[in-house]
Amino acid sequence: MTERTNVMAIQNLPSSATENVVEPPKRREMPGWMITAISVVVLIGAWQLFGRDINPVFGSYPSAIAVAGWNLLISGDLLTALMSSLQSFLAGYSLAIVVGVPLGLIIGRSRVLENAVGVYITAGNAMPLVAFVPLLVLWFGLGFTVKAAIVFLMSMFPICINTWSGVRAVPKTLIEVGKSFVAPNSVILRRIVLPATLPYIMTGIKLAVGRAVVAMVIAEFFTAISGLGGIIINSANNFDTATMFVPIFLLMILATLLNGLVGLIERRVAPWQFELSDRE
Amino acid sequence: MGQVSLVDVSKRFALRIKNEVKTVNALSSVNMDIKDGEIAVLIGPSGCGKTTALRIAMGLETASQGRVVVDGRVVTGCGYDRGLVFQHAELLPWLSALENVMFGLEMKGMRGAELRDTAMRYLELVGLADSADRRPHQLSGGMKQRVGIARALAIDPSVLLMDEPFGALDAQTREGLQGELLDIHTRTKKTILFVTHDLDEAVLLADRVIVMRRGTIQETIDINLPRPRGDLGALRGSAEFAEARYRIWRALHEIPETTH
Repeated sequence: MTERTNVMAIQNLPSSATENVVEPPKRREMPGWMITAISVVVLIGAWQLFGRDINPVFGSYPSAIAVAGWNLLISGDLLTALMSSLQSFLAGYSLAIVVGVPLGLIIGRSRVLENAVGVYITAGNAMPLVAFVPLLVLWFGLGFTVKAAIVFLMSMFPICINTWSGVRAVPKTLIEVGKSFVAPNSVILRRIVLPATLPYIMTGIKLAVGRAVVAMVIAEFFTAISGLGGIIINSANNFDTATMFVPIFLLMILATLLNGLVGLIERRVAPWQFELSDRE
Repeated sequence: MGQVSLVDVSKRFALRIKNEVKTVNALSSVNMDIKDGEIAVLIGPSGCGKTTALRIAMGLETASQGRVVVDGRVVTGCGYDRGLVFQHAELLPWLSALENVMFGLEMKGMRGAELRDTAMRYLELVGLADSADRRPHQLSGGMKQRVGIARALAIDPSVLLMDEPFGALDAQTREGLQGELLDIHTRTKKTILFVTHDLDEAVLLADRVIVMRRGTIQETIDINLPRPRGDLGALRGSAEFAEARYRIWRALHEIPETTH
């Protein structure tokens, strides 16, 4: 019935009007960041509302954590801890990229290396590397080096494995493009395999952010107690739960920011990947 | 000069099917001589070995027996004397159309202003000068394949090898590109070895059609249509076209010539 009336309506319009029909602008959708922001505000609000009823030893709530955070900040402890943590984090994490990416590339391109070395990479990724911490302490002591080593060990494997599987996913025909122009293997690796693998590499680097943060905290728990992990352990031992949450939140924010940063870099170095996929 | 020959080329490989090793003869003693400046079309049903023959000519696969001769020299592996146009263009997605054409030239050792100018000249040849800065995903299927042709031609090979380059395109785009390829051939006089499974395409393009079946050459048929081919639409409707097409059709279906 409605369809018929629509037809009638169109027929009744003057012809010039039908020619000039323009699609009405789409209703403006709420931007994605606003949806996220509302979700975060609602969650924090609910926590503030209900968190006050919990015994402060067993839990805390946002305003108490904010006060504890402010106190840590003005005492300078937070900044010192952050700097100490960041040092070992960045050292281990960048070394993991520098070693993991080339290693993944050559493992993926060489049948011999893939079978000779690949098994250790897979095993290393699967096993609980925390178990090595006591041994690493014996090797490297309790300071900066051992922390960087733990971060390196735990973040290198996902980077390497992702790079490796990315190389394996490079279409054979793209390699043949290189071969058909008589490109030597090193040039094929650099000019074809590396760019084709970049999206995978960036995914590995993103996954490794989370692993590296966990590694950093574990290192600070089990070696010389210091940095953000040190604040967590010390305040937990003093039943100061609100203070304990401060570095936890800081780490969460840092990891999210770092993830976003890697995502931005990804868009810069491998933009075709995003232009290819579209999502509603 | 632009000559390519396969001399007594065979390709065998072992396949393990349900624990039984079977030898597959992809090509058995194939001989073909592609003359300077001609368009030779390899046609046959899928699995007849036409693509294998082309890949061996290119040097992407090795023959179990026999040799490939280009301009009188026995060749092993790929070389700048042959340019390959892939079935699905295979442009590098992170490079623009121009950079894709430059890629082959760079591999050949060209640098500087000459590199850019040469690549641009070949993009102009395929009518894509305006789209030089577009990335592959911003190009249509037909445009991608034209970049693929420009990339292969840019290194100025003696022989252009084309592996079902228009097979994945829609009918109209395909007809357009067939015409363009003929124009390019008229202008550059390149020797072309063209693989297809499309009868009409074979007749339209070829000086000679090589019909393959089960890894051997069934028959070689000369196409005596005039060059330049002119209006392809009219040509398709002509009696000569139909006659040539029918001859290839019979060869493909193994009907002996005597029943003609």
